[in-house]
Amino acid sequence: MYWNKPMETMDQVQRSELQSARLIQQVRRVYRQVPFYREQMQKTGLLPGEIRTIEDIGKLAFITKQDMRDNYPYGLFAVPLAEIVRLHASSGTTGKHTVVGYTSRDLGIWSEVMARTLTAAGANKQSFIQVAYGYGLFTGGLGAHYGAEAIGASVIPASSGNTQRQIMLMKDFGTTMLACTPSYALFISETMKEMGIEPTDLSLKSGVFGAEPWSQRMRLEIEKVLNIKAFDIYGLSEIIGPGVASECSCQNGLHVNEDHFYPEIIDPLTGQSLPYGEKGELVLTTLTKEGMPMIRYRTRDLTVLYSEPCECGRTLVRMSKVLGRSDDMLIIRGVNVFPSQVENVLLGLGETSPHYQLIVDRLDNLDNLTVLVEMTENMFSDEIRRLEVLEHKIEAELASALSVSAKVRLVSPKTIERSEGKAKRVIDKRNI
Amino acid sequence: MIIQQISVFVENRPGTLAEVLGVLNEHDINLRAMSVADTSDFGILRMVVNDPEKVERILRGAGYAVKSTPVLTLTVEDSPGGLLKQMEKLSAAGINVEYLYAFAATSADEARVVIKVDNLERAERTVNGETGSTGTAKEKGEVPGFYW
Repeated sequence: MYWNKPMETMDQVQRSELQSARLIQQVRRVYRQVPFYREQMQKTGLLPGEIRTIEDIGKLAFITKQDMRDNYPYGLFAVPLAEIVRLHASSGTTGKHTVVGYTSRDLGIWSEVMARTLTAAGANKQSFIQVAYGYGLFTGGLGAHYGAEAIGASVIPASSGNTQRQIMLMKDFGTTMLACTPSYALFISETMKEMGIEPTDLSLKSGVFGAEPWSQRMRLEIEKVLNIKAFDIYGLSEIIGPGVASECSCQNGLHVNEDHFYPEIIDPLTGQSLPYGEKGELVLTTLTKEGMPMIRYRTRDLTVLYSEPCECGRTLVRMSKVLGRSDDMLIIRGVNVFPSQVENVLLGLGETSPHYQLIVDRLDNLDNLTVLVEMTENMFSDEIRRLEVLEHKIEAELASALSVSAKVRLVSPKTIERSEGKAKRVIDKRNI
Repeated sequence: MIIQQISVFVENRPGTLAEVLGVLNEHDINLRAMSVADTSDFGILRMVVNDPEKVERILRGAGYAVKSTPVLTLTVEDSPGGLLKQMEKLSAAGINVEYLYAFAATSADEARVVIKVDNLERAERTVNGETGSTGTAKEKGEVPGFYW
């Protein structure tokens, strides 16, 4: 099933022409409207007129998350603020959020690509779609919500959390599709077990899971315990939110909605473009977005692109499941966490040592973050109470800086491994 | 009287306490008294030794987080209510006890107690009386022997 058959099955040559036309227009617009892009092009002496086809995209410079922070909050918007109808935000390395703005037309594009995503996963007008992604600044909840409404499905806007109620809603309302993070899907299934509810008590047929990396092994586990078909969806707020790419029933790579988001793969070290089939960093360009266009945004996600036609009939290029990150960002319970954020908190406290390590584990299918902090003479006390106060103080500061709770464990001095070059800041024990 | 107690940070996992004791043993340090306070993640080993400065140096050199803290020591009768009398004095004076640990003394009818309080000098005066002595005459004679 397709939501937009002409676009999803368009001849590749024809699509390339469409992408060229859209890129030309987008580059002209940002050159005129966004000082950042204009200055970037002027630096290399590039004129908008020199972008004649999609092949010319390599002439343009990259944009990074740092550029977004430097232009916080509205510096990269390409329309008057009055045209912005929605703002979303995601956490960044310094605790400062990165902001994205949508025009009313952007929200329409977002609904369109999410409708494609949900349709590819089996949704239709008859579906009951329970959105258990968080609603709010995070794009997951509202993104899935608007896509489901566009299809005409019945939306159950449960948001995240309150797991027993989620299960009750699924059972009583006859939910057929679940949208949440993959780890939360597993947590729901565990809670069902505790409540004595079997998958056969539910009408659930499929789920669209994303916002954090997950493996094929985890997919099989979710499909088994919930007795559903589990689809991977990919997106990021900088580009639009969920709906950038998603799996079809073949579950063999995620189709990128490349008529709106043009994907490239580059070598993360040199920035050189890599051909299809090679693993590298995904770079995305929004071809149609008005509010905050992104030209060659470096996602830091490592993947591979495939252009071979898919059995489902879609001609949209596919990307593999995300294979890792080209930076040290962690995604914990759907929240982006950078080790440098932890470092800032520890140094900010003044008394703690800069020697720390993050241990991420998945217990009962939920991500757990433990921060090991080396004890110093300054911090040490002969009274347990004072050390516990210190632990709690660090935990509170971390929770506020990271937007995700972390457990602090004080460890003996010099027990965190020192390495010659880059310190090993993160031990990710999640088997994903 | 007031003495220096040495505290060491130890992680709560097998072998950590033995490691500290091993270091002390290597340097021929004899422990006069010790206690371990612990949480699920870590513990604090507190000890009384003959030469606190030397022990502090040794442990710091071995990479431990060490703290030297003044604490009050008392000799009490090793009989029911022996400690109670002294604690009542402290509580009547409004002095807060953070922690304490007891150990047997050389003499069979006495016990010793190490007390961490929030107002050390006043606590000492309180338990010893205004004379500033260390209690009974018999105890007084024994004071130097504390670090034997």
